[in-house]
Amino acid sequence: MAYKIKAAECTVCGACEAECPNIAISMKKGTYVIDPAKCTECAGQFDSPQCAAVCPADCCVPA
Amino acid sequence: MGNVIALDGILGLGELKAPAEIPAAASGCSSSACGSSDGPGDMPPEVWEKVKNHPCYSEEAHHYFARMHVAVAPACNIQCNYCNRKYDCSNESRPGVVSEKLTPEQAVKKVLAVAQEIPQLSVIGIAGPGDSLAAAGKNTFATFEGLQKLAPDLKLCLSTNGLALPDHVNRIKDYNIDHVTITINMVDPEVGQHIYPWIFHKHKRWTGLDAAKILHERQMEGLEMLTSAGILVKINSVMIPGINDEHLLEVNKAVKARGAFLHNIMPLISDPAHGTHFGLTGQRGPTAQELKVVQDQCEGGAKLMRHCRQCRADAVGLLGEDRGDEFTTDRIEAMEISTDDTVRRQYREHIESERAGRHAAKEAAKAEVAETVPSDVAPILIAVATKGGERINEHFGHAKEFQIYEVGLQGAKFVGHRRVDTYCEGGSGDEDALGTVLAAIADCTAVFVAKIGGCPSTSLKEAGIEPVDRFAFEYIEESALTYFKDYAERLRQGAVTDRKGHDAVLRPAEALRA
Repeated sequence: MAYKIKAAECTVCGACEAECPNIAISMKKGTYVIDPAKCTECAGQFDSPQCAAVCPADCCVPA
Repeated sequence: MGNVIALDGILGLGELKAPAEIPAAASGCSSSACGSSDGPGDMPPEVWEKVKNHPCYSEEAHHYFARMHVAVAPACNIQCNYCNRKYDCSNESRPGVVSEKLTPEQAVKKVLAVAQEIPQLSVIGIAGPGDSLAAAGKNTFATFEGLQKLAPDLKLCLSTNGLALPDHVNRIKDYNIDHVTITINMVDPEVGQHIYPWIFHKHKRWTGLDAAKILHERQMEGLEMLTSAGILVKINSVMIPGINDEHLLEVNKAVKARGAFLHNIMPLISDPAHGTHFGLTGQRGPTAQELKVVQDQCEGGAKLMRHCRQCRADAVGLLGEDRGDEFTTDRIEAMEISTDDTVRRQYREHIESERAGRHAAKEAAKAEVAETVPSDVAPILIAVATKGGERINEHFGHAKEFQIYEVGLQGAKFVGHRRVDTYCEGGSGDEDALGTVLAAIADCTAVFVAKIGGCPSTSLKEAGIEPVDRFAFEYIEESALTYFKDYAERLRQGAVTDRKGHDAVLRPAEALRA
């Protein structure tokens, strides 16, 4: 499983990119995207997916 | 030198006469004894050196020096009920709002471009639009690194909510950042839970009391670390009626006890159209007099700042003006950029040479009022139309804001500003705009202008506010004191009545970029 970013609600602040422990988040064509191959939903690393916990727009959600 | 002369024109310095003769010793009152609103006599010399050219830390400097915010820090680590990070409108002015986010490289280039066109520029700040220290402060410190190399004469400062501050104090010291602003709205988590729905800390989202408690502890820790490192700290507090208005006295005491240099109490900016929690739930901001009452009550505590314009995270220019539109990325890309700081240095030397004379002239005017005006005359408020340079040099109809001075036996003191819609658009008067001006300065006895038309003049008089153009292009404080002396005499004769009981409307500068 992996998370995704709802592009329409994303403010492109980059807070998620800085928190992701797997370097799964990057900027693509003006918006941030999560690479599902790298995303672990932070299982075994943190209590909850870091992108979702920090996102001010609450737009990081299960894919 | 060509640029310096042009600049004098902008500020209204060149066209004006020197201050009236200055007595060698102002009678019985040195600036250190009388506590002028902010001057070299009020603080240790090393502190004065740090603040004298910083428009946000020195009320006096804000008449002469410009600041610039570069919007390189979009990420934030907390949510505040007065902020909506999705909202980004070029016609709105408030912290947290920008039109264009910049990379550190773009930001450095923009600073150099602005510095070569605005020699008053003395300070570069990073204030968001998120939190400058969120996301490990990566962009913030990369920008400071570039600026330190290419424009070492510019002061660097940053604003933060304080949550990540304790982790970054050493880097702040490394980059010689000697001014830091922390937004502290509460020192009690019971109050804080109504302002902060959540924070992100130690890899976890915290809510409610826990969130407010952690934030409070981190803010106090960061503040103490900064002040013990000799860094000047300004505290910003947003006054939210019914939530933290009375509590701000406690905040003032707490930050003073920890060595804060300045406390800036700002009114909540709240509008449903902003989509903030407070905007949508109808939480109102304070009126002008409500704000002033809290500011006055805090006056004995940490030094109070009243000239804040709550500017955008990408503002450019003197406080109260925003020239950000002149420096778009496209235009900067096309500009020839130089790192020559000669004109800036000449401007600073010019201001430095004027200062001593200014301080003496203010003291002399104050002493005269103290001698001649009876002690039972209450202070009055005066609204002033100014473009900067401490002069009454703006036309009533062109003013985007009025500076408010409280004048009394203690002297003339800047106590705030009121934003208005420009009355004169394209040569004709706008009656709706006049209504906003009257509401914005309704608690003032007089309005000082360089010039004013017949119609607005009549409306002002009908509203009981005296339009005054006889001090056109003179210095504000001396003129205000001269007016007060005359006012006291007219009051004695029963020719005027005081404006006790009048209040005024505070509003954000939605028209600033329109």
